[in-house]
Amino acid sequence: MAQYMFLLFDSEEWYDNLTRDEWQQAMKLHGEFAAAVEKAGARILGGEALERSSTASTVKNREGAEPLVTDGPFIETREALGGFYVIEARDLDQALELAKLCPSGNIEVRPVMPTSEDAAPPA
Amino acid sequence: MTEAVEVTRVVDRVHRESWSTVLASVVRLTRDLDLAEDCTQDAFVRALRTWPDGIPDNPAGWLTTVARRLALDRLRRETNLRRKLPLLVEEPGDAEQPTDPLRLVFTCCHPALARESQVALTLRLICGLTTREVAAVLLIAEATAAARITRAKKKIAAAGIPYRIPADHELPARMDVVLTVVHLVYTAGYVATGAELTRTDLTGRAIELARLLERLMPDEPEPQALLGLLLMTEARGDARVSTDGELVLLADQDRSRWNGKLLAEGVARATTALQRGHGRFALQAAVAGLHVTAPSWEQTDWRQVVRMYDAMMVSWPTPIVALNRVAARSLVPGADLEAVLAELDALDKEPALAAYAYLPATRADVLTRLDRRPEAAEAYEKAIELTANETERRFLTARLTSLR
Repeated sequence: MAQYMFLLFDSEEWYDNLTRDEWQQAMKLHGEFAAAVEKAGARILGGEALERSSTASTVKNREGAEPLVTDGPFIETREALGGFYVIEARDLDQALELAKLCPSGNIEVRPVMPTSEDAAPPA
Repeated sequence: MTEAVEVTRVVDRVHRESWSTVLASVVRLTRDLDLAEDCTQDAFVRALRTWPDGIPDNPAGWLTTVARRLALDRLRRETNLRRKLPLLVEEPGDAEQPTDPLRLVFTCCHPALARESQVALTLRLICGLTTREVAAVLLIAEATAAARITRAKKKIAAAGIPYRIPADHELPARMDVVLTVVHLVYTAGYVATGAELTRTDLTGRAIELARLLERLMPDEPEPQALLGLLLMTEARGDARVSTDGELVLLADQDRSRWNGKLLAEGVARATTALQRGHGRFALQAAVAGLHVTAPSWEQTDWRQVVRMYDAMMVSWPTPIVALNRVAARSLVPGADLEAVLAELDALDKEPALAAYAYLPATRADVLTRLDRRPEAAEAYEKAIELTANETERRFLTARLTSLR
């Protein structure tokens, strides 16, 4: 098994104009997604929805200078990062199949790097 | 003792025929492409050294055994050094599984890899080309080829791209990627840029790959159709270039110069494939079949050709298919050339065709037949500007001159 981070990029404007019903519908879709993951024999290890990108702050740690704090996300995109999942799946094929079921317009699938002692480069 | 020349000849042949089989068997053992490649390479080096004492009865089997043993030794050593649990995915017992090379093909052509990486990896891992050869074949710098291959291998390992044959429901889409890559390798060789019109190193590799895929997936019509298509294209190769190196269009080719053996092989495959399915390669092979079985260009069954392109437009509506369809339409006896021209003009707005010389060349031909010479000349000039192939450029220039 391997772990993958699903980064969900969507139009924030759509979320801004959401009715109560639409919001509940969206949450229901995430519930269905969770069920599909479980049914596939994979697991959701974590995941959250994020506040708007306009609420983000970015800290830039600079060599030989004070850290710089700026208002806004690190990368400004038309469709913004709005949530994430960490999924344990068999391999990339299964992860991609699950991403196709994920209720979001754009899902970046990134393998999680193993950081245990065993995974360190050989001395 | 066996003569050194004989040994080299056998090793070269086995390298060409069985590289992917040996490598794929080691990959199944190690799941580590770099390690598997190193050990396969080493096994071939050992063959050169030890085969002068006698060439084994089953050279590919010998190489597989040696390469897997080398890989196991290296894994054990690394395991001891790093006090890790064995990485082995399976017991080393079963050295040969007939599906190994196919698994490797699907790994190289995984949709999560960029098309250019798929092509480079396929040439490297399935055809057994060195990085330098891959670079030469794709007309890119060696460093670029090396970077592409390294990056792709890293992604396969880090992202967990599996080493398996896709399940039935995934197979059509996944197979299409594989066939597209092979077709791309062939096309790159067939319409080579620069001085030569064809690069037989590439076209030959692509046909070998298509043969391998047909053998590995006998139940699927599309690999068979692709091979048929390539064989029929290949059969016309000699007649495509005149004795003084000029491009000869299909319309003007001396059909007696076509390679009858390759044609027969190709037509038989196209016919069977079309009976078994209507995938895009079956339809393309059908078009090629209609061309090669016609007694002359004029007597080609253009209506039927248009029908094949109509079918292609349903499942595969690309601007290039649309252009080929219009070009075929222009050749149906008594075609309404004004209507054809209107369709060509509509395609002129397609960004995908903006740099494609065949569009203005087709327009130029239709305009010539309508006797609209100044516009035809203008279209030929545009086609000349767009083509990257010297021979094609000379051909278009000759057409342009004949207008004046």
